[in-house]
Amino acid sequence: MQWHSLGEFLAMGGYAFYVWGSFGATAAALGIEAALLRARRRQALRQAALPEELMP
Amino acid sequence: MSPATKINWFRFASPQSFYPLAGRLWPLFALLAAGFALAGLWVAFFMAPVDAQQGQGYRIIFIHVPAAWMAMLLYVVMAAWAAVGLVFNLRLASMMASALAPTGALFALLSLWTGALWGKPIWGAWWVWDARLTSTLILFFLYLGFLALQAAIDDPRRADRAGALIALVGLVNVPIIYFSVTWWNTLHQGASVSMARSPSMAGSMLWGMLLMVMACWMYAVAAGLSRVRSIILERERHADWVKDAVAQSR
Repeated sequence: MQWHSLGEFLAMGGYAFYVWGSFGATAAALGIEAALLRARRRQALRQAALPEELMP
Repeated sequence: MSPATKINWFRFASPQSFYPLAGRLWPLFALLAAGFALAGLWVAFFMAPVDAQQGQGYRIIFIHVPAAWMAMLLYVVMAAWAAVGLVFNLRLASMMASALAPTGALFALLSLWTGALWGKPIWGAWWVWDARLTSTLILFFLYLGFLALQAAIDDPRRADRAGALIALVGLVNVPIIYFSVTWWNTLHQGASVSMARSPSMAGSMLWGMLLMVMACWMYAVAAGLSRVRSIILERERHADWVKDAVAQSR
């Protein structure tokens, strides 16, 4: 183990902004995509459940 | 092989039979992605040693390289599905191409974003008009072009054909990205991992990177399979089997 404290780990040797900015943005982007996928599925199910004459 | 044991793979070329299969498969791939990500992040942050030149800042490599690889790989897979859909007039293949495009665009954007955050402390610049960076930006725009073109055309099969054309023309950009660091004198460093020679990095660094690549790969498969289910529902909404499937999912 190369980290002696949580603070040292979070500081990333002075590169905290760059390292956490990269990993954080990736986590956020994948989380947003998962939410969009869920929303699209709900929308598709709603649309497919409409009666034929109301369907776009 | 007797006819009884032979699996008819073409059965899964129909959206109706692929829809439930994709529904069973995507959670499996999502689980694999989470497992690989946990292992990869552990190796990346707790096992890989500090870099002699770049200190802890080099750890961006564990997300930057997988994102950049996935952006290129997904483009090739997307173009391949689009070509199959075009040549064999296979609707499901075209739907797979459309399902992969947003995830590919996302990984292209992430490779540019993480690259900027790596370039700033190491090169002193967020962005340079270097061959590798510029061709990756073009890759991102190709994804956006594919998505915009498909969104602009109402008839799905015409949208598929137009999208396939842009995907196939843009395919020429992928080898340009890959070889850009050898063809031009670039600021971007050369390949860290190559088939021809042993990798120029410590074992744990390589393992961390490969685990993260697997995580991104499994994630992309899960996202693609999940999205193609919605695309199938949207496009086949007038079919009777869709009405049954929707009724069952309520």
